[in-house]
Amino acid sequence: MEPLLVVLSGLPMTLLITVAAFAIGAVLGIPMALGLRTGIAPVRWIVRLAVDLLRGIPMIVWLFLLKFGLSTPTFRITALEAAIFGLGLISAGYLADIYRGGLQAVPKGQYEAAAALGIPGVVSFFGVIVPQAARIVSPSIATYAIGLLKNSSIASTIAVAEMVFMAQGYAKQNINSVAGVMPYAIAGLLYILLSIPIAMLSRKLDANLRKAVI
Amino acid sequence: MVPKEPLLQFWGEGLPNMLHGLQISAALAGVSMIIGLPLGLLFCMMVMGRNRVVSTIGLVIVEIGRGMPALIILYLVYFGLPSFGILLESFPSAIIALAWNYSCYCSEIFRAGIQAVPGGQNEAGDALGLDDRITFFYVILPQAFRSIIPALLGQTILLFQDTSLAYTVAVPELMKEAYTYGSTTFQYLRVFVLAGLCYAVVTLPASWITRWLERRLALSY
Repeated sequence: MEPLLVVLSGLPMTLLITVAAFAIGAVLGIPMALGLRTGIAPVRWIVRLAVDLLRGIPMIVWLFLLKFGLSTPTFRITALEAAIFGLGLISAGYLADIYRGGLQAVPKGQYEAAAALGIPGVVSFFGVIVPQAARIVSPSIATYAIGLLKNSSIASTIAVAEMVFMAQGYAKQNINSVAGVMPYAIAGLLYILLSIPIAMLSRKLDANLRKAVI
Repeated sequence: MVPKEPLLQFWGEGLPNMLHGLQISAALAGVSMIIGLPLGLLFCMMVMGRNRVVSTIGLVIVEIGRGMPALIILYLVYFGLPSFGILLESFPSAIIALAWNYSCYCSEIFRAGIQAVPGGQNEAGDALGLDDRITFFYVILPQAFRSIIPALLGQTILLFQDTSLAYTVAVPELMKEAYTYGSTTFQYLRVFVLAGLCYAVVTLPASWITRWLERRLALSY
């Protein structure tokens, strides 16, 4: 019982990091996705490089860079801020690529049809293209959200008190016994349990989006 | 404040140790891949097989391996196995954890790729009187590899990045070397930027090749 309660006490922090980072990524990913598709080549290259760096450098390096690298005597960044901001930026990189793929998958004829109907560019983008793209990418976004939930465990390496960190604290007091393993097993199962509602929500959302089109 | 030495000189002094760490990271990823790929194919065949019991066991292995964070799997192997009398050093622990995690993702990639091959191919193999095994290995699998290869490359890039988690169980890989250099010089920003660049030198070209390959393989259909 005790290890379960200890691990559960880290659950709010795990959820906070995941939700906050996802929110940052979902919003910041939009201008980055547009940057990946812009006709201005230098802008496109710079955004592409930024996305590739965000995705290509391990999360733990980003978190350490923010946590230990950005602190000066006058400016301190807390571990939680570093975790949310770091995971948020990385999410923006991944989501920008997912958005870009979705926009690209909408048939070209849709853009042309909107133009032929005299629908202004902004209206056609948000009213015609984005709804279709959203339907295409919603499963990928759900997969990414589940991945993000699991990756939030890496915040434990910079001492954010989420589930794995709490598990670690308990395990270290009971080393070399079964009680030293239990918290990790419990935390692992909790991650699996937590990802089930996200998957179900996404399937429902996906079904609704499909209905809206037909 | 202490005057800082020039950036490139600072990086130059730390680079030999970091490159040594990078070799360990690459070795971790390489060995995990060599173990994980065949294991992934095995899991995939278990899950897709006709035997209910075997496929359920396969599904449980794969879903646990994919559902838990890699960090948890690593802790379970490194801190957990000793409680059952199995003592492992940090390097083999990291290999076991990474290989299992990687093989489960690979298993799903194999499955998706195989299911993407039209069912008519299987029937055609049957109609030609080919043995099931021959049909699978010589007809289905080669076609499936078209969509499998880019996805596997992407997963392998993630595996290489996940080797940085081995830092937490004191494997002297790149991240560990970076942290050591950082804690002796207290110039964390410069050190971790260098560490990030070391990872990026490997992952950026690899992801460019993956994207190029993805486009090439999609074209040939």
